Amino acid sequence: MREMLAVSGLNAWYGESHILHGVDFRIDEGEVVTLLGRNGAGKTTTMKSIMGLVPRRAGSIRFSGTETIGLRPDRIARLGIGFCPEERGIFASLDVTENLMLPPVIAPGGLSIDEIHELFPNLKERARSPGTKLSGGEQQMLAIARILRTGARLLLLDEPTEGLAPVIVQQIGRTIREIKKRGFTVLLVEQNFQFAATVADRHYVMEHGRIIDMIANADLAASTDRLHAYLGV
Amino acid sequence: MFMIFGIPGPLLFGQLLLGLINGAFYALLSLGLAVIFGLLNIVNFAHGALFMMGAFCAWMLLEYLGIGYWWSLLLAPIIIGAFGILLEKTLISRLYKLDHLYGLLLTFGLAMVIEGLFRNQYGSSGLPYRIPPSLQGATDLGFMFMPNYRGWVVVAAAIVCFTTWALIERTRLGALLRAATENAPLVQSFGVNVPRMVTLTYGAGVGLAAFAGVLAAPIYSVNPNMGSNFIIVVFAVVVIGGMGSILGSIVTGFGLGVVEGLTKVFYPQASSTVIFVVMAIVLLIRPAGLFGRI
Ligand SMILES: Nc1ncnc2c1ncn2[C@@H]1O[C@H](COP(=O)(O)OP(=O)(O)O)[C@@H](O)[C@H]1O
Ligand SMILES: [Mg+2]
Repeated sequence: MREMLAVSGLNAWYGESHILHGVDFRIDEGEVVTLLGRNGAGKTTTMKSIMGLVPRRAGSIRFSGTETIGLRPDRIARLGIGFCPEERGIFASLDVTENLMLPPVIAPGGLSIDEIHELFPNLKERARSPGTKLSGGEQQMLAIARILRTGARLLLLDEPTEGLAPVIVQQIGRTIREIKKRGFTVLLVEQNFQFAATVADRHYVMEHGRIIDMIANADLAASTDRLHAYLGV
Repeated sequence: MFMIFGIPGPLLFGQLLLGLINGAFYALLSLGLAVIFGLLNIVNFAHGALFMMGAFCAWMLLEYLGIGYWWSLLLAPIIIGAFGILLEKTLISRLYKLDHLYGLLLTFGLAMVIEGLFRNQYGSSGLPYRIPPSLQGATDLGFMFMPNYRGWVVVAAAIVCFTTWALIERTRLGALLRAATENAPLVQSFGVNVPRMVTLTYGAGVGLAAFAGVLAAPIYSVNPNMGSNFIIVVFAVVVIGGMGSILGSIVTGFGLGVVEGLTKVFYPQASSTVIFVVMAIVLLIRPAGLFGRI
């Protein structure tokens, strides 16, 4: 399989705090890969570093062969990466449709509005509501939906199931499997590894700003003790 | 002569019109400040000086190049807007990572330097700028005579304010601007060149100030202090309307102009302080301003 993203020796800092200490992992085209790890392990920081949103970072992040470590976030996005942040980032002063249409289309191959409404019927019903008047689950769907339109091939989803009801979690699981079927590549941050097991091909485990293990999804059942120890659950 | 509340009608309407004209300038200036504050998080103290430069630009275009009022109305905002872009690129953009206070100090300093340079060159007694022939004279409205140029100022300001509002609230470009005002890094991570957007927004806000300056040139004489006379009140308008609120700055701008005009009729002693009294009351009751979020 062709390599899509290769992170090596990634270090990142917020001011004086050194958060990532040499993160190494790779994702191949069409894979769904998770980053598992306890709170504060550096998962969000890793995603923000890939997007260029961390003020100071070093090492190498190659996307489809292009080195992105020194690029601005908008340049990185235009290479074909879509970011769905942990706090969802729905804009209060924009209605649902404006939120959905906000990210510019950067390449052909994204979902059409009809396809998106088919995946997320609520977004069609609530098209004119202010974005932040939606329920938490609907906001999460909107946050995912808006990066499906743009033609980005690698999607970074930071804890999309956090704090949501089981039916919504299932819907998000179906969405991830559907977009994988369509050939998208996904990097998923999760705390809930039961959920992660239903969607992912491989799992990386993060601790204290490093990747400490990699587990193929097929081996997950055999590795539960190891995972419990890592995640402290 | 007819009377309203014991006041002669023509006097009342005359002051109302004056209030509306001042309100038109408050609205145009505070609108630009609001747009700039929203996206750049900088209180642009140079706004009054840039307004003054707009008026001077019109005067120079006429004096040195023979370019008249109507072309100036278009050219001065472009020229001064380009100057604003230059300021943003070379100076202001260096301060985004620092405390707000630095932006305030820089733009305040810029205002002093710009006004000083103009005072040095042109003195402070003021240069005349004639009303364009097509807008000279006055119209009998039945209840009062309205100088045509003043009517035009109110209409032109209202149109520009409304167009700006519609652009921000009703278009895709406006959606990008609103979104970047809320969370610029996220918008940038969608592939939008936010730094360029910030620069152009500053230029547009400055262009609005310059447009107001050209409108003002025939009413007030063109002089280096014309901006600082306005700008203190305009900051009060911005605070009353709610920092960064687009609609707030337009409505509050016109509204406070009228309040000021009416105060001149009913209690002239308070006319120069009434806006600050309103500001104090609004801040006590609604600290975020009349239209402010949060
Ligand atoms: N903006 C920030 N400034 C300073 N420290 C931060 C910031 N964001 C996160 N951190 C710190 O970085 C570490 C990793 O955080 P994060 O990447 O959010 O972890 P995770 O997503 O795995 O829970 C934590 O110790 C957190 O306190
Ligand atoms: Mg996180």
